[in-house]
Amino acid sequence: MNGVLAASSGEATIAFIEIGAVITVLAVLARLAHRWRITAIPLYLLVGLALGEGGLVPLEVSADFISLAGEIGVLLLLLTLGLEYTPAELRSGLRRGLVPGALDAVLGFTPGLIGGLVLGWDVRSAVLLGGVCWISSSGVIAKVLTDLGRLGNRETPAVLNLLVLEDLAMAVYLPIVAALLTGRDAAATAVTVGVALAVVTVVLLASMRWGDHLSALLAPGSDEALLLSVFGLTLFVGGLAQRLQVSAAIGAFLVGLALSDPVRDRAAALVSPLRDLFAAAFFLFFSFQVDPSDLFGVALPAVILLVVTGAGKIATGWVAAARDGVAVPGRLRAGTVLVARGEFSIVIAALGASAAFGAELAALAAGYVLLTAIAGPVLTRSSDGLAGRLQARQDRAARAVAADTPT
Amino acid sequence: MAEVTETQLPGVGVRLEFRTSNGTSVGVVVHRTGRREVVVYDRVDPDRSLAQVTLDTDDARTLAEMLGASQVNEALTAVQQRIEGLAIEWLPVAEGSPFVGRTIAEGEFRTRTGASIVAVIMGETTIPAPGPEYRFVGGETAVAVGTDEGLAVLEHLLNG
Repeated sequence: MNGVLAASSGEATIAFIEIGAVITVLAVLARLAHRWRITAIPLYLLVGLALGEGGLVPLEVSADFISLAGEIGVLLLLLTLGLEYTPAELRSGLRRGLVPGALDAVLGFTPGLIGGLVLGWDVRSAVLLGGVCWISSSGVIAKVLTDLGRLGNRETPAVLNLLVLEDLAMAVYLPIVAALLTGRDAAATAVTVGVALAVVTVVLLASMRWGDHLSALLAPGSDEALLLSVFGLTLFVGGLAQRLQVSAAIGAFLVGLALSDPVRDRAAALVSPLRDLFAAAFFLFFSFQVDPSDLFGVALPAVILLVVTGAGKIATGWVAAARDGVAVPGRLRAGTVLVARGEFSIVIAALGASAAFGAELAALAAGYVLLTAIAGPVLTRSSDGLAGRLQARQDRAARAVAADTPT
Repeated sequence: MAEVTETQLPGVGVRLEFRTSNGTSVGVVVHRTGRREVVVYDRVDPDRSLAQVTLDTDDARTLAEMLGASQVNEALTAVQQRIEGLAIEWLPVAEGSPFVGRTIAEGEFRTRTGASIVAVIMGETTIPAPGPEYRFVGGETAVAVGTDEGLAVLEHLLNG
């Protein structure tokens, strides 16, 4: 026993110091982010840029550990995404929100796809960039809605419904890109996509029908037992899915979907601290691989995508809120709050690490998330002022017209 | 009661809302975690919640009891509750009642009035279904069930 401890001390000591120092820095940044009321994700990405390839102080020993922890972080992010909504919410989301959801897909996905092609990338990388631009950050948005006291607002159900639809869209999108990325010929890819979609559909339907059986199996016992079962199941299913070429992320997502009440709520509460820890490792690891000098190269495309897809999200939120009978200020709030992208854009970009333009995609995604994760919350906080100015201008115009009209 | 509309908030919980009789909209956001937020809406921008009060499960119960308290009192002051010819009455037993120091059996109330004493309330404590051996101490309240006439007679007896 002593031998083991003593033998490992050299490398382990350095690793402890490195990891400890890095996590302490992240802790300070998380506090700052909380104070500034933004998500910590862009700050984590900046730390990763500084520590990774071509950064200021590259880590020597602990990079491997952070890489594995980051992989687990992806699984936990997807698990909690699957845990987030009840089957009933998914069903009613599908019923009520198809039109805004479709608009969201068109206005979010298309600019990324076109942008990728314009940059001269292959179709796979462009499809991934489409996904990066499409999926809003449910984590950031939920936090912003809570912080700004908007949960009781009338436009909020429309916003949350859009997030539900994006959640469902991920269930379709992820298997498709995973299959595309296996890089085989068209026929084999089509088969893989078909199999993956069939599996996702079966698991979705089964979880809506029989999810309570799995949950009943897990429900008794302590929190500790539940945490370990859910964590173990997620890694196990994720690993199996990866073996079957379906991407570990989807496996984890399906585990989340398959769990139902009352285990879902408990599991979500238990897993969330673990997720925060491992997800931080994921964001770090992701930006380790981005060369900071690449960021300058992608700055212009990132800004253009921010403007185009930001406008797209505002339009989507506007339409979704208008369908619920919400007035102009509420529509603007709904639109601006959707601008923030975050964890899932990074997850999608990370899937493409092996793609032909993986490095460029990673850099662009990092830049894009840096911009939107900060711009989104700032924009939505000032949206009421914006709406007021809009209203004032309309009033002035109306008065001018009235003054010009001879009586 | 006003009509309460319910809106699902996916991933959060549900929002309940109603319009008060003077036209203000009041909403309650019920989180899955049991947390509750009471919200009122902006007059200019009726989609926006202005003030919100966050309550945990205990706070919510406290508030509900505070709001419900007046109704309980109203019910108590109404005193009589008619159930197909039967009435319940809360009858104070004065310190100077002739039955102080005597038992329910000695009073022969049921025989004399047809009304039964089903409970005795003494300060904070309630004695449900007191036996015939219960001895009045004065200052308590007897809860009795019977016809209107029987109860009137009982009240008269108890307080001389």
